Amino acid sequence: MASIAACSSPGIVPKQEHGEDPMQIDSNAPEQRHINRVPEGLLLTDYLRIYYGKLFPYMDMFKWLSYGNADGKHPGCDSSYFGRREFSFTIKSDRDEIYLRFQSFSNASEMESAIKAKCPTKIDIGAVYTVDPAKRHAYAQSGFSPVERELIFDIDITDYDDVRYCCSGADICSDCWPLMTIAIKVIDTALREDFGFNHILWVFSGRRGVHCWVCDSRARRLSKEQRSAIADYFNVYKGGENSLKKVTFSGPLHPSLARAYTDVLKHYFEEKWISTQKLFEHEERFHKILQLIPDESVVSELAGKWQGSRLEHVNSVRWDQLKHMLQSGSKKTQGLRRCIEEIVFSYTYPRIDIQVTKGMNHLLKAPFCVHPGTGRVCVPIDPNNCEQFDPTSVPTLAQLLEELNANASIGTDNYMEKTSLGLSVNFFRTSFLEPLFKTCKEELESAYNTKIQQSKDSLNW
Amino acid sequence: MEIVRSQRRNGSDGSAGAASLPLYKSAPSLEVRLEEFERCAIDRLRVLKAISDGLSRGKKPEEMDNLVGELWRANMKHQDVDETLRKDIISHFALRLVYCREEEMRRWFLSMETTLFRYRFRLQNAEAQKSIMNELQLQYNVLSHAEYETLKDKLIQAARSVNSTSNPETVFYKVPFEDVPDLVAGRRVFLLKGFAFVPRNQVVSLVCTIFRSNISKALALTNRKWRATIHDQEKDRLAPIVEALGNSYLGPDYSQPRECAEISLKDINQLASSSFPLCMRHLFGKLKEDHHLKHGGRMQLGLFLKGVGLKLEDALAFWRAEFSQKVGAERFDKEYAYSIRHNYGKEGKRTDYTPYSCQKIIMSTPSTGDHHGCPFRHFSEENLRAALNKMGVGGRAMDDIMDKVRNRHYQLACTLTFEATHAASCETGINHPNQYFVESRKIFQSKILVRMLITIV
Ligand code: SF4
Ligand SMILES: [Zn+2]
Repeated sequence: MASIAACSSPGIVPKQEHGEDPMQIDSNAPEQRHINRVPEGLLLTDYLRIYYGKLFPYMDMFKWLSYGNADGKHPGCDSSYFGRREFSFTIKSDRDEIYLRFQSFSNASEMESAIKAKCPTKIDIGAVYTVDPAKRHAYAQSGFSPVERELIFDIDITDYDDVRYCCSGADICSDCWPLMTIAIKVIDTALREDFGFNHILWVFSGRRGVHCWVCDSRARRLSKEQRSAIADYFNVYKGGENSLKKVTFSGPLHPSLARAYTDVLKHYFEEKWISTQKLFEHEERFHKILQLIPDESVVSELAGKWQGSRLEHVNSVRWDQLKHMLQSGSKKTQGLRRCIEEIVFSYTYPRIDIQVTKGMNHLLKAPFCVHPGTGRVCVPIDPNNCEQFDPTSVPTLAQLLEELNANASIGTDNYMEKTSLGLSVNFFRTSFLEPLFKTCKEELESAYNTKIQQSKDSLNW
Repeated sequence: MEIVRSQRRNGSDGSAGAASLPLYKSAPSLEVRLEEFERCAIDRLRVLKAISDGLSRGKKPEEMDNLVGELWRANMKHQDVDETLRKDIISHFALRLVYCREEEMRRWFLSMETTLFRYRFRLQNAEAQKSIMNELQLQYNVLSHAEYETLKDKLIQAARSVNSTSNPETVFYKVPFEDVPDLVAGRRVFLLKGFAFVPRNQVVSLVCTIFRSNISKALALTNRKWRATIHDQEKDRLAPIVEALGNSYLGPDYSQPRECAEISLKDINQLASSSFPLCMRHLFGKLKEDHHLKHGGRMQLGLFLKGVGLKLEDALAFWRAEFSQKVGAERFDKEYAYSIRHNYGKEGKRTDYTPYSCQKIIMSTPSTGDHHGCPFRHFSEENLRAALNKMGVGGRAMDDIMDKVRNRHYQLACTLTFEATHAASCETGINHPNQYFVESRKIFQSKILVRMLITIV
């Protein structure tokens, strides 16, 4: 394996402040595991410095967050737009962590130099404000408040810990990650079909969840109340720690939930979740399910049946028994009618952090940041192929730098293309940025034309 | 004009016409006397404040409906529709001035007014609702028959998901989802490509969104006027008081209810008429009238006064001032002063007598010449009505109170009386005259500044 130290391109060698060879990264390991984490002894910031120096897609981020306003030639552009956006940096020094809020940049190169200089371990993106957030104090009187903000979603797999038996906390595996896949599918479809949004960016959060950025102008201009409404629309799993039943349907499913159920949840729950999580094999697990059935006679009959010997395919057999029981003519009473759906929703329906979605000035980690714990890059996820996304094969910083070294001799100045980050950035550009940019231009154009038309009209009067 | 008037009158039997629900688009050019201005503003404030209380206590929608209905009837409704309308408009614009100044106040006023409007809109008949929608320029398209047919299944499914029993609507409005946030939040409408399909019976949500945004803009405008001209013109008169109001009204009254530890003699008349429960109010009135009370009455009232914070010296002065008019100061000092000191534990066994609870008062057995006891239990219906009337209770509240009395729920009747006279709910119920007093003070202390302001206007 190539080492950075031996690399022919000295420009990308991290500064050696610790006198250790950064390349003693277990070079005999057969697989890629060794590059999943930033190696001991080497500061994350050393790696980050190279990442921000050579790889971070500044222009793409700038183009995205300008929403067509950066093109100074068009008279309809608002040249102050990008400069009114809040960024915040988390900077790690030796001991402490510094959190810098209300950073702002008037253009791409200002942003680039600031990031390179400060080398933040995390970059968050906030709202667009009435005025440049850096000068907010000067405008405190006339009002400093957020005016635009992408509609955002934050889904974290730790919020599913009560139904996830394979892992807990920050851990994920290929058995439970599909919960995130389901969340992407369900929310993405609803955002497009129900709300009519088109410019939606899904991003891996770097360890155990996903973020969603809805970037349509209509989404960016939503009020707090409207954001709350959307958050509540998706908020099916609720109820406090002290309530057993978190999902309750009083009537037939709303069309949006019915679609989620038949297209995604039901299939996944029955085919995958009950067997990977062995939901009916262990008494304590199936009791948890039985608790969701508000009919004691049904519960005790099923619990009785499930005592003792384990048969083959115990999980699917027992689930079928449960379904049969709840659907059989006699028991098909009002109360139990929705029980099967309630169980499936309890275990699989997306659990969003509603506070994040509701707020206008909530900060959310920028795409293409590097998760300081895992070293993985927060890459975009294609919602149309989200089943294929494997969080364990997302490039890490160390891996990217190795690739950079390995391909150093390839004759191009585009460092990104030399690494697997290139794929992610390309996806970002072609599937998200270009269509978004096109729409922004059209909207700017038509808004400008209407304005011209209006002023003409008023002159005529 | 004559016709409009009579039509309006015709609709006045509960199901008033559109004109009975104004949209407060522009300030009226009415001649308003100061007293009227003050009374209107306070009455509306009672309604809004109680709505706020109800919401903050997490009352359910149906409970809120009842609450708002009750409050409106008790505080705003007049037999004459035109009078009610006039009061409605005057009070709204008065409070708009009071609440325009700061973000937090605007937000509070806005959401209380919207809640009130929502309730009142729902009570309008279809015709009136339609004319309000026109007036608000709600230019939404009704779904064509062809469109309805293609979406029918989903529309019915969405309706049944929230209410599986009701008859499905066939008239739907197609509106941007942004305009009906509450319907989106509750998944009460079908959504397709950014449009919400609002059934006719849910149209109130739409109307409220527009109403809210209109009032919000109007408040911002009033605020600008306030800053630009009114504030300067009223620099020495109105402005300081409005500012004081902003700091104190919405702030501490909930969170830190201040129990008044002491009352002074000069305030006692005022307190009696605003914050004494009926039993004490009656004793107090009789004492002033007859300059005398028999033993049972002296005990009941005396201990109550001790409980509300009247010091012994003041208590002696108070009783002496009354009794001496009838029996002379000398005889008072000789015969009656002792028992008052006794009540304060200064004589005899020196035990500290505690004020009587409702239960004790209700169980007491007053006889001829006695005025103590609980009026809800011991008064005839006729006398009770008269007494309540004097407290300003009437209409529906009166009926509800008499209902409780007939069912022997005296303390509940007392609680309702409290609520009707304070325009605030009393969640715990009344079980002690002194508790009644403390609760009452909490509410009035928060209102005092408002009264000051309005008097000055
Ligand atoms: S219920 Fe209690 S407080 Fe109310 S009037 Fe009767 S005795 Fe007085
Ligand atoms: Zn797992």
